Amino acid sequence: MSTVNFESEPAVDVDGTPGAIEVRDVHKWYGAHRVLDGVDLTVAPGSVTVIIGPSGSGKSTLLRVINHLERPQLGHVSVNGELTGVRWHRGRLKELSERQILAQRSRVGFVFQQFNLFPHLTVLDNVAAAPVATGLLGRPEAQQLARVLLDRVGLGDKSGAYPRQLSGGQQQRVAIARALALRPGVILFDEPTSALDPELVGEVLAVIKALAAGGTTLVIVTHEIGFAREVADSIVFMDGGRIVEQGPPEQVLDDPQHPRTREFLSRVL
Amino acid sequence: MAESLVSVVPEGTADPPITPPLQAQRVIPLRHPGRWLTSVLVLVLLAQVVHGLATNPFYQWDRFQYWFARPVITNGLAVTLEVTAYSAVLGLLGGVLLALARLSHNPVLRVASWCYVWLFRSVPLIVVLLFLYNFSALYRTLSLGVPFGPAFWHFDESRLATDLVIAVVGLSLNEAAYAAEVVRAGILSVDQGQHEAAAALGLPRRYQFTRIVLPQALRAIVPSYVNQLIGLVKSTSLVFYVSLLDLFGSVQSMGSTYPGDIVPLLLVATVWYVILTSVISVVQFYVERHYARGALRSLPPTPVQRLRATVSAARTRVRREAAA
Repeated sequence: MSTVNFESEPAVDVDGTPGAIEVRDVHKWYGAHRVLDGVDLTVAPGSVTVIIGPSGSGKSTLLRVINHLERPQLGHVSVNGELTGVRWHRGRLKELSERQILAQRSRVGFVFQQFNLFPHLTVLDNVAAAPVATGLLGRPEAQQLARVLLDRVGLGDKSGAYPRQLSGGQQQRVAIARALALRPGVILFDEPTSALDPELVGEVLAVIKALAAGGTTLVIVTHEIGFAREVADSIVFMDGGRIVEQGPPEQVLDDPQHPRTREFLSRVL
Repeated sequence: MAESLVSVVPEGTADPPITPPLQAQRVIPLRHPGRWLTSVLVLVLLAQVVHGLATNPFYQWDRFQYWFARPVITNGLAVTLEVTAYSAVLGLLGGVLLALARLSHNPVLRVASWCYVWLFRSVPLIVVLLFLYNFSALYRTLSLGVPFGPAFWHFDESRLATDLVIAVVGLSLNEAAYAAEVVRAGILSVDQGQHEAAAALGLPRRYQFTRIVLPQALRAIVPSYVNQLIGLVKSTSLVFYVSLLDLFGSVQSMGSTYPGDIVPLLLVATVWYVILTSVISVVQFYVERHYARGALRSLPPTPVQRLRATVSAARTRVRREAAA
């Protein structure tokens, strides 16, 4: 599928510097229900990490903790060496203000399973809104950037449309362009193709694949094992709120060491 | 009957009619006799009502005509419009603030907002108005300063609170309580994913509310708030009791001066209120259409567009019938 145009170098600077992610002993629970039970994870700059595992294993929550959409009860996350949600102050950790948390989030892209595009804004405004609102770019520059990004995801001709006038696959590609507009060093994908009709999955995966080749740090939660094998530098298998096994695709997918990984893979492959 | 789909020849007919092929057939539309019958019934009833209105001398249409645009009436109408406009704007502003307080993380604000809505929905508007009317007896002066401490400014209440101010304040206080619930319902109707997406992009808090949440909430808010607004137009007739001569007040006072004209005067008030409501309804259509952008794949046609479409459809039909 040749919907993605990475051939010509765009006129504006569109890419951020790849970021690293560190997750240290993160625990998250709702009442008695443990969602994350001591997760440690290191993501190298520019790498592609794919998280797989049965539903309810804490994959999505881990992503949301990295972006501080959820706050862990214990443990810490840092993106590019900067702690999320907290900072050091005279030898103690202090909670960040909402403004500071929002600023941190703007450096991490997030793509939702349900797209969550803003239905009352045109496709162009969906992509251009964040750089304008966060003061990163002026309106004309943001719109120019948005056009370039929409071209990159193969939707340059849809800039005037409203999200509901697009197919699911097109909407998700707009959502990716929207995440890219802040030039994040890290992009998190929460099951980006799970809400799509089977024949539309390919176009979205093609865009993500192109991003992976482009060198942005990606963390992807997905059920597409074949896609994971193709793009991942590292595969993480989660179950019961813990990371059970991780390693390069050929190791985790072809030669799983843990019985639960083997059981899961035998069901999905 | 499982027969051939194309060219069915009825059995037992001596002379089978020549049946044109399927693609040349025109489908005979289904008749709706029930629809015709009910329409006729309703139209007859309607005609009777109109006939009664026109011919019953009790309505005194000549007096209606005399009163309809008298300065005394139009002055009252101006007061009604003025009170409505101020209260609608202040009530909506108050409602937005109360709704935000109710949805905030601050428990004191939440409870205070709930109590306000509870109180003003419990007390009849007329009681609020009469309370305010007698307010100057309760608090002779109002002053601005440190709470429980020294005051910097003093206001003489009887000078500050004209009848118009009392009416607007009373209506706004009442309106804000209802508007708060309308706005809150609208904000709650916006999908949680929208809040999350806005937060994930790191959009500033104010931008999230004014550009992402509120425009989507307004789609749900507008119909309910217009309902409120139409209620408000008619509630203004209560300001008569705080000695403000609005439309209803003028009619009432003229009615006691000319007791014989009370019916045409009430008709004048009715027609003016109907006109006001109609204007609001037309505005509502276009405002709703504005906020439907993106929510519908294509916007509903305006009445003008619909009229044009109907006319052109009728024209093509007439042309086709003439050609056939």
